[in-house]
Amino acid sequence: MPKSFLIDTTRCTACRGCQMACKDWHNLPAIETKQTGTHQNPPDLNPCNYKLVRFHEHKTADGRVMWNFFPDQCRHCIHPVCKDVADMAVPGAIIQDEATGAILCTEKSAQLSPEDAQAVIEACPYNIPRLDPVTKMLTKCDMCFDRVSNGLLPMCVKSCPTGTMLFGERSEILAEAKKRLAKIKKTFPKAFLADQRDVNVIFLLAEEKEHYYEYAAF
Amino acid sequence: MTNHWIDIKNANCILIMGSNCAEHHPVSMKWVLRAKDNGAKLIHVDPKFSRTSARCDVHVPIRSGSDIAFLGGMINYILEKKLYQEEYVKNYTNASVVVGPDYDFVDGVFSGLNRETRTYDKKAWAFSKGNDGMLVVDDEWKNPRCVINLLRKHYSRYTLKNVSDVTGIPEKTIIEVYDDFCATGKPDKAGTIMYALGWTQHTNGVQIIRTSSIIQLLLGNIGVAGGGINALRGEPNVQGSTDHALLYDSLPGYLPMLRAQFQTLDAYLKGCTPNKELPNSVNWKSNNPKYMVSLLKGWFGDAATPENDFGYSWLPKLEPTGNTSYYSVIDRAYKDKMRGGFVFGVNPCQSFPNTHKVRACLDHLDWMVCGEVHNSETSDNWHRPGADPSKIKTEVFLLPSAHRIEKEGTISNSGRWLQWFDKAVEPAGEARDFGNMIVPLINKIRDLYRKENGVLPEPILNLYWPKEFKAEEWTKRINGQYWKDVTVGGTMHKRGEQVDKFADLAQDGSTSSLNWLYCGSYTEAGGNKSKNRDKSQTPAQAKLGLYPKWSWCWPVNRRVLYNRASVDTHGKPWNPNLPVIEWDGSKWKDGMDVIDGGGAPVADREKGRLPFIMCADGLGHLYGPGRADGPFPEHYEPVETPLKAHPFSKQLSSPVYLSYDSDLDKLAAPGDPKYPIVLTTYSMTEHWCGGGETRNTPNLLEAEPQLYVEMSEELAAIKGIKNGDGVIVESIRGKVEAIAMVTVRLKPFTIMGRTVHLIGMPFAFGWLTPKCGDSTNRLTTGVYDPNTTIQEDKACMVDIYKAEKLTEIA
Repeated sequence: MPKSFLIDTTRCTACRGCQMACKDWHNLPAIETKQTGTHQNPPDLNPCNYKLVRFHEHKTADGRVMWNFFPDQCRHCIHPVCKDVADMAVPGAIIQDEATGAILCTEKSAQLSPEDAQAVIEACPYNIPRLDPVTKMLTKCDMCFDRVSNGLLPMCVKSCPTGTMLFGERSEILAEAKKRLAKIKKTFPKAFLADQRDVNVIFLLAEEKEHYYEYAAF
Repeated sequence: MTNHWIDIKNANCILIMGSNCAEHHPVSMKWVLRAKDNGAKLIHVDPKFSRTSARCDVHVPIRSGSDIAFLGGMINYILEKKLYQEEYVKNYTNASVVVGPDYDFVDGVFSGLNRETRTYDKKAWAFSKGNDGMLVVDDEWKNPRCVINLLRKHYSRYTLKNVSDVTGIPEKTIIEVYDDFCATGKPDKAGTIMYALGWTQHTNGVQIIRTSSIIQLLLGNIGVAGGGINALRGEPNVQGSTDHALLYDSLPGYLPMLRAQFQTLDAYLKGCTPNKELPNSVNWKSNNPKYMVSLLKGWFGDAATPENDFGYSWLPKLEPTGNTSYYSVIDRAYKDKMRGGFVFGVNPCQSFPNTHKVRACLDHLDWMVCGEVHNSETSDNWHRPGADPSKIKTEVFLLPSAHRIEKEGTISNSGRWLQWFDKAVEPAGEARDFGNMIVPLINKIRDLYRKENGVLPEPILNLYWPKEFKAEEWTKRINGQYWKDVTVGGTMHKRGEQVDKFADLAQDGSTSSLNWLYCGSYTEAGGNKSKNRDKSQTPAQAKLGLYPKWSWCWPVNRRVLYNRASVDTHGKPWNPNLPVIEWDGSKWKDGMDVIDGGGAPVADREKGRLPFIMCADGLGHLYGPGRADGPFPEHYEPVETPLKAHPFSKQLSSPVYLSYDSDLDKLAAPGDPKYPIVLTTYSMTEHWCGGGETRNTPNLLEAEPQLYVEMSEELAAIKGIKNGDGVIVESIRGKVEAIAMVTVRLKPFTIMGRTVHLIGMPFAFGWLTPKCGDSTNRLTTGVYDPNTTIQEDKACMVDIYKAEKLTEIA
């Protein structure tokens, strides 16, 4: 049984500890950003940001303000389409670790032609992989494979102060996710677990996906 | 905090007001959400819908500067609907105490006001006293002058309509919030209040907090688990530095400041040691002489003797109403009454209000020493945009400071826990921690005094001062030591031994302590208790989330202050499910919290002790005659306000707020049509305070790169501003460039029947970081709370318009 994350957005305060911790652990350099009228920065995932908290605000029909936070990252799909597409061009460019279920871009991903790399990116239902223009490798969340292989929590989970993010055996995470969903449905009847059967990073969302992010769920 | 972080989980209702805790104290949300999991209702009252509001059950937008109206309305609601916890109020507060004949309140002004000096004579607010010197008490509440009746009268004006008119909150919402929070007035329910700078940074900030304490006393929420008034402090060690007299008006341990009317130690001790005002009062401050003499011993060691008043006469005394706060220093520098000074741990040219004045004032100095981790807008003030360094005379010394991970020592957290931290790495380059700057500096000055026979050498040369700085030596000194061999309670103590507890501190010069509150933190038996990391606890403590062996907490490791008020007059917990302490009929039970004050429960007429041991009467103060601006909190408008009148009285703003009179202290008139929009300012998660450190942390700057102004869609439409546009925000003091963030999270208020817009800006961006914008505080007002001299950063008046081009932001 692989490992899974639960990302319970109903507890997230968008403190961005996860976004910072991810950059720190992976030694990713800061990029230059600008204020464009949103707290979401950088504007999108990129080769220097594998984890990004997305901000979305709207008013409900009864005038209530909703401000939703979506700590975006690779879903580590159970049947990864990205891997299937990459394998057709360069076998081993993307691999799936049996023990953890982690989907990893390898150094071989640099051998993908620009067109093939683009095909991999477009194949992802969650709009995750990015091409590093310097190394030519595909980049994305690696589940902190080095940490997890050594019995440690992924850095984002470790940094989370509110219990938004959990990590563990898939069966246990799924059980906790279902328990939380049942509770949250009392206040948010439309709450759901995004694509829980297909992914190892399970988002608990309180509202429809368009109130979070276009690619929040498939 | 009266309570502590973990205890927040025990609340049945949490009122977050004057705080945006999810953004500014992110880890607090761990416990706030734990309370929510247990069924607590979370209410956020704040001008802006923030990341905190996103996690609360209710967000209630309030116009900045109207907090006392909202809270005063709650007091009125509690009294009218009889929602108070009567037994608690009768026994533990001063509700029954009779106020003297000189107290009065007429149209917004208390008796005793001198309009010329803008001060009150607090004697006018004194309680009635009997021939025995004790307070006059009317348990039946029949005397119209007893506090509960004066309280009723005072807040009768705080009707739902008046509150709604001033705050901009619809009456229906006000009632919902009042009902939710006042439900904690039941004995077995607890509500907590979390606040921070959103309350303090007003010209009536202290009184806002007083209003909350009145509410919490009426509801019986002080002293209990899940209750209290919780000031959220933070990484700057606000708790510890305040305990150690960071503020100009107190000595360590909150002993009163030395003032000119107290020329001798005897006069000081007489003037600063209150007499007991009720028979069963503990009157803890009667110990002040022991603490003061021990403090003098801590400063002067063997040189402090009974014959020389323990060195009291060597110390400078402040004028009776003298003010040496930050802002009076700025004003004096601007008026050429100072030649130089030291700036440590603060960035005035960025973080102080009315920054143009601050920046200009430093140009008047001959010299300045700045201790900083990075260059700051203050250390580099002479290169600021528009300044010509060749025309500015000041000589600046920049001392590179160690980063917090490059030093060891203690930090006191909001819950008063003293926690040791280790040094992770040696300071880079020539950087030093402050101790290694100050200790050698004073030694150098001492050498010069010896060589050159400096004037008034006693306070310098008699200091009990080390050759070099060692952090843990100061932890020991703060606790306190014996200076001669003495026997206390049958136990012999040798000179040089650590004092065990503050009850052992003495007035005869046999003990020292640099801060009586911390006495007990470093003892012979327990060692350095700030290093305690034992998570063991009793089942009762486990239920509370109380870890008595983790770190150490002042006073005497008591985790919940005023915990005697958590039980009824017979010592039984109001909430049997979450007892903090409990009387078993003959003694206080073990394995719970440390009892506040000792003695028996109040029902024992002889040995019973009243719970509020720091007050001379032992009671919680609904009526508080000690503040500079009145015994009851009263709504006043911010000094800059959109209103020309409000419905509570004819007194528009506080009659006693502090201000200065230089040409750079400009204020817009109330209701000035040129500045119709309320500006509130704040911090954010990603940047710390003025941003001096975090703007030098590239990953944080990536997440929040540039100055923004949050505004409603409605205001944006009126002003023709689109999300992401460059704009100018302008007050009578200056202009600031920002990027517009147009959001549904702010909305216009209806105040006194008309629309008032409010915008909000962070203050973390300064010119020294290229292209990010410059100090928001160039807009804010230099007007201050008369108790604390804290600035009114949370409300001033501005206009906003689209910028043709930006020069500060790129």
